[in-house]
Amino acid sequence: MTTLTTDLKRLGEVKAPAGFADRLLAHVGMADSYARFDTVLGAVYVAWNRQGVSAASRAASAAEFEAWFRKDVGRQLVAADAPKDLATKIEDELQGRRRMRFDLRGLTPFEQAVLRKTREIPRGEVRPYGWVAREIGRPAAVRAVGTALANNPIPYFIPCHRVVRTDGQIGNYGGGGPEAKRSILTMEGVRLKRLEELARSGVRYQGVKTTKVFCYPTCHTGRHALEKNIVWLHDEASARAAGFRPCKVCRPAAVA
Amino acid sequence: MDGTERLFERMVHEHQDRVFALGLALTGNRHDAEEVAQDTFLKAYRALVTYAPDRIRELKQKAWLHRIALNVVRNRVRGVRPHLVELNGSEPDHALGTEDGALLKLELDALAVRVARLPPRYREAVVLRHVQELSYQEAADALGQPVGTVKANVHRGLKLLRGDDYDDSDN
Repeated sequence: MTTLTTDLKRLGEVKAPAGFADRLLAHVGMADSYARFDTVLGAVYVAWNRQGVSAASRAASAAEFEAWFRKDVGRQLVAADAPKDLATKIEDELQGRRRMRFDLRGLTPFEQAVLRKTREIPRGEVRPYGWVAREIGRPAAVRAVGTALANNPIPYFIPCHRVVRTDGQIGNYGGGGPEAKRSILTMEGVRLKRLEELARSGVRYQGVKTTKVFCYPTCHTGRHALEKNIVWLHDEASARAAGFRPCKVCRPAAVA
Repeated sequence: MDGTERLFERMVHEHQDRVFALGLALTGNRHDAEEVAQDTFLKAYRALVTYAPDRIRELKQKAWLHRIALNVVRNRVRGVRPHLVELNGSEPDHALGTEDGALLKLELDALAVRVARLPPRYREAVVLRHVQELSYQEAADALGQPVGTVKANVHRGLKLLRGDDYDDSDN
């Protein structure tokens, strides 16, 4: 026959529920949470913490995503139920409608600058790697920009797919290879075929005769120019020589 | 991750079962117990990040967490009787699959409900002394009461708890 005090002692031996410590650490911001979301891009695993979204990947499985996150980001990761509004926010962000917060801690200041600059590229447009390098004040660091973008922990959300090679070729893509890059850009409304034809013929910029402004071919300010007013330009020097000034929106060259 | 966060992580892993058990005995159900445990560690974390290194080093973690947990329970149940629920184990059971395990868990939960229905001063004393197995001195420190008071409250609490199904031999 058990006595009351031994029963009470057994009551003191109950275990905390499975995963309690992980959920708690995620709650105070010491571990990230993640869940799988069905988006316009298909199934995407997204990790977040109190600072914002910290990683995203179209991994094949939860295990693959966890392994990649622990290795690349180096924090604990806990599967979780997504907050109510997160799925909507993700969808809106991928459709270009909302600005989410992102957690870029753990990246170097240079990498953070590259990614922040990349977020400024509007949906449906592309910029060369050299543009990012020049805009963040490191014009010679074009290759380093490429590396930083290849290691982007939050592809799709931080649109590294909108950065292409200076010769107009699409270039490689960390978020699933060149094919993924092409399909995402097409989905966003970039006319890739036209862009590549222009690049092959050596054209870098589109000038508009009436305004005397030259832009990157995908810049939205030049989209409504009449075909007869468009001139195709090969480099900055000849553009300036012909009396064009760089667009202040897409900034194809340093604006004087 | 800095030193405080590493310390907190260790603290969570080391004390989570203890704090959860305390919550279960004080509230009488596992759902509230998990909330109590979570709130306790959140309060601990918020306090830790403001503490100077010396103070953190000298911290008696176990006693400190017990005090926080007692306050969490007092504040959440102030004026509200503990829930008298789930006597027949309506919550899904993840940890224990066997019949023996399920039975044991049902018994424990039923006991937790009975403990939780004690008047607060008896409940806290009994739980600290016999569930958490603190010494009278430690329990008195955690409760901020004289040892004699704690002893008396433990005694009265056990007496109230002791129903027909327990023999009177211990104590």
